[in-house]
Amino acid sequence: MDEIMSKNNSEYLIERNDNVYEVVIGLEVHAQVTSNSKLFSSSSTKFGAEPNTQVSLVDAAFPGMLPVINEFCVKQAIKTGIGLKAKINNKSVFDRKNYFYADLPQGYQISQYKYPIVGEGNVILDMPEGQKQVGIERLHLEQDAGKSIHDIDPSNTLVDLNRSGVALMEIVSKPDLRSPDEVNAYIKKLRSIMRYLGTCDGNMQEGSLRADVNVSVRIKGSTDLGTRCEIKNVNSIKFMQMAIIYEANRQVDLIEEGQEIDQETRLFDTKKNETRSMRSKEDAHDYRYFPDPDLLPLEVTDEFIDKLKSEIPELPDDKKKRFIDEFKVSPYDATILVSDIDTAKYFEEVVAKMGKNRDMKLAVNWITGELFAVLNEKNIEIAQSPISAKNLAKLINLIKNGTISGKIAKTIFELMLDGDIDPQIIVEEKGLKQESDPKTLEALIDKIINDNREKAIEYKQGKEKLFGFFVGQAMKASGGKANPQLINEILKKKL
Amino acid sequence: MSEITSLTLYELIKNIKEKKISSNEAAKSFIDRAEKSKKINVYVTENFENCLKLSKEFDDKPNFDLKLPGIPIAVKDLFCTNEVRTTAGSNILNNFVPTYESTVTQNIWNEGGILLGKLNCDEFAMGSSNETSFFGNVQNPIAEDLVPGGSSGGSSAALAANLTPVTIGTDTGGSIRQPASFTGTVGLKPTYGSCSRYGIVAFASSLDQAGPMSKDVKDSSILLEVISSFDKKDSTSIDFKRNNYSSELTRNIKGLKIGIPKEYRVDGMPEEIEKLWKKGIEYAKDCGAEIIDISLPHTSYALPTYYIVAPAEASSNLARYDGVKYGLRSSGKNLIDMYEKTRSEGFGEEVKRRVMIGTYVLSSGYYDAYYLKAQKVRQLIKQDFDQAYNKVDAILTPSTPSSAFKIGEKSNDPVSMYLNDIFTVPVNLAGLPGISIPAGVDKNNYPLGLQIIGKPFDEQTVLNIAYSMEEKINYKNNITDWWMK
Repeated sequence: MDEIMSKNNSEYLIERNDNVYEVVIGLEVHAQVTSNSKLFSSSSTKFGAEPNTQVSLVDAAFPGMLPVINEFCVKQAIKTGIGLKAKINNKSVFDRKNYFYADLPQGYQISQYKYPIVGEGNVILDMPEGQKQVGIERLHLEQDAGKSIHDIDPSNTLVDLNRSGVALMEIVSKPDLRSPDEVNAYIKKLRSIMRYLGTCDGNMQEGSLRADVNVSVRIKGSTDLGTRCEIKNVNSIKFMQMAIIYEANRQVDLIEEGQEIDQETRLFDTKKNETRSMRSKEDAHDYRYFPDPDLLPLEVTDEFIDKLKSEIPELPDDKKKRFIDEFKVSPYDATILVSDIDTAKYFEEVVAKMGKNRDMKLAVNWITGELFAVLNEKNIEIAQSPISAKNLAKLINLIKNGTISGKIAKTIFELMLDGDIDPQIIVEEKGLKQESDPKTLEALIDKIINDNREKAIEYKQGKEKLFGFFVGQAMKASGGKANPQLINEILKKKL
Repeated sequence: MSEITSLTLYELIKNIKEKKISSNEAAKSFIDRAEKSKKINVYVTENFENCLKLSKEFDDKPNFDLKLPGIPIAVKDLFCTNEVRTTAGSNILNNFVPTYESTVTQNIWNEGGILLGKLNCDEFAMGSSNETSFFGNVQNPIAEDLVPGGSSGGSSAALAANLTPVTIGTDTGGSIRQPASFTGTVGLKPTYGSCSRYGIVAFASSLDQAGPMSKDVKDSSILLEVISSFDKKDSTSIDFKRNNYSSELTRNIKGLKIGIPKEYRVDGMPEEIEKLWKKGIEYAKDCGAEIIDISLPHTSYALPTYYIVAPAEASSNLARYDGVKYGLRSSGKNLIDMYEKTRSEGFGEEVKRRVMIGTYVLSSGYYDAYYLKAQKVRQLIKQDFDQAYNKVDAILTPSTPSSAFKIGEKSNDPVSMYLNDIFTVPVNLAGLPGISIPAGVDKNNYPLGLQIIGKPFDEQTVLNIAYSMEEKINYKNNITDWWMK
């Protein structure tokens, strides 16, 4: 492929025969609402239960069963709307989207079509070249379908209705995204906001976050939108990016060959890394949307919305600003620290436990360096960190007040991993306290200089490289505990 | 024993409370009579054994504080009944046994009622003659080969034939009032939101409403008091102050204003209907009511509006009968084939027709012209009534444009069948309460009904007017038990 990708920023362009194309992307993200019970029934939503054990008569669409809206899910959707700085609609309507499928018990999905609960909003992305605003078109509530399982029985499809009726928020972006990198940043930001709000856990492996990706291409600089294709139900950021790259190049190839792009729905084959036509516009379902007569229009008062607004926690953008202003953290570090609510919480706890004489730089470095490395290695989240924020703060304070050296701290950190042990106890038990008494260190250095007379002379004669040798000897003699700064000072004086 | 079955609900309750009749005796009487009445085909599913058992249990430990103490009652087979087969008159639910109870029937059992059995009806309540039922025609006890009306035809026939002291039906476009009119009985459709729809097999959700059917007005007031309740399980159920309909029932309607809508004088209406209406106006005057001419200008649009809205909702409501989860499943080569075979074999002609109409009017490109327009007209029809109720307390009309017709007479002419609902559908579209009371007979001695339409939630006034007029009309069915001979 002769595409050019400028890697110094997040731009993604495709060049063919002197034409430079940009890709235009809009996402329809389906985010599962964090809620113990389903959108219109009281069944549990717990992930991973035995098939068909979390199914009420409503979820299985038995005759005469009626949906009753779950107020908590409505609150969650409104909170998410507030997090997206979006307009909350006082009146929204549930519609029926009619189609037949084995895992859709009612023969229709209850969704919101003309009047969604949340209107226009926006999300700020932190890209390497600066911030970018992505528009939100709408957010609406809808039911999830069940799951058809084709690979258990050789001749039958099995249906699991546990997911049937679970509340989803469909968050539709404007076609504002221009590259796979921006898609990555957008999904992560969306997930971050929802995790801060507690409205969606964003767990893509469990299917809590999936997206339909709308892709079109156009000559860079053009303001017209090209014909788009919708890639259905992609469930990881990596696959979204792969699908976009494949699809954008496919469309450019077609245009360059003088062909038209059909507006169609496509599927992404993760094994072959290609998108395939699923159905064309002509075959598109006629969903026969109409207002669900079993449900009255959903009306929420301004007071109801205001009350929810008052319950909104500090969100990543505000937190980042505060970290920069209050803690003097760099914008780069702040972005990393706020991207995940648990990381931010951990950081703030470390800061609090460090007390008055806190060292922000040390705290940031230890969290994003040593701690992240361990979490990565163990493949766990910071919420399950083997070292508590309290003990990490203690360790940082021990470095800050000169009790231990940075090097020793790393040894102690390793020991702390085994059951979140208090670093103070490790220092005492293992005698790892830094030796900072000048008299002791002077005596120690005198002995080393005495034992290595010749080398001391060579040094004095100008072989400055030997300074490192003496530092090494001194550290060794102290069992690594000598305060390196003091060793330096004394050696300079004595040699 | 035969007298027991001809008692009104009120009389039967009185006799049971006074221990003159036991619950078990009552159950036996109705069951004995049912055994001799198979010919009129009211039952889809009998619950006789269980009814006898439960009535005995009631007699062993009677509770006379209940509103329906040990009263055996048969109900339309559209109400889901726990562990008793519920078919909605359809082959597709031929084998369906719910594990749950509709709120309306539960309310009846809570007050001491005992289920006699499930009554025949048009398939998914779609019909005006009970001819669309998978379980066959129902005979009108009035005369042989006459339809009992529909869709609650089994209910109206059972009532007229003295096979149940009282019953419940559902009314989407007239399915309680029209069969009541055809059988010389009383049928009340309450305000939309008065009786819970939970557990009732849905036809058209925005129109469906359960209601009492009885031999006289007082009985309807007793039953309405039992079945009307606010229910959180139905989002369209309304939490309003419900009257004690039976104890507040009065014949004093002096000074009430009753409207006569000129638009109900439709072209081609038989003269005897016109005469009946005039007679009704005189009765109302005799009762002390003031008669006022009113206009409901959008009346003529009600029927076409109804036949867009109801099939649209039905086409979606019936999508769940797909052979996947319960009910009939025909085997097919693949999923689509299975759907097609199941629904082809499971649904009858009328249901298919309405599913097709409904699918059509909701289709993209047709939605605005049909469904959306129908919704707008529906608003206008509601407004007509709102404006009329600024001037009057209730409205008096005929219940149907004709008396009961012969079985088979209209079954190949759907439009003429649909015209049966012309006076009843506006009431459903506007969500109002309406009652049909027997008011006279036609030249064949077939009963004719008058309809009283009330303000929303004002069932009490509707009942009071009906109660008062009923006394003046003094109608009596002349049932010869011809089917037993």
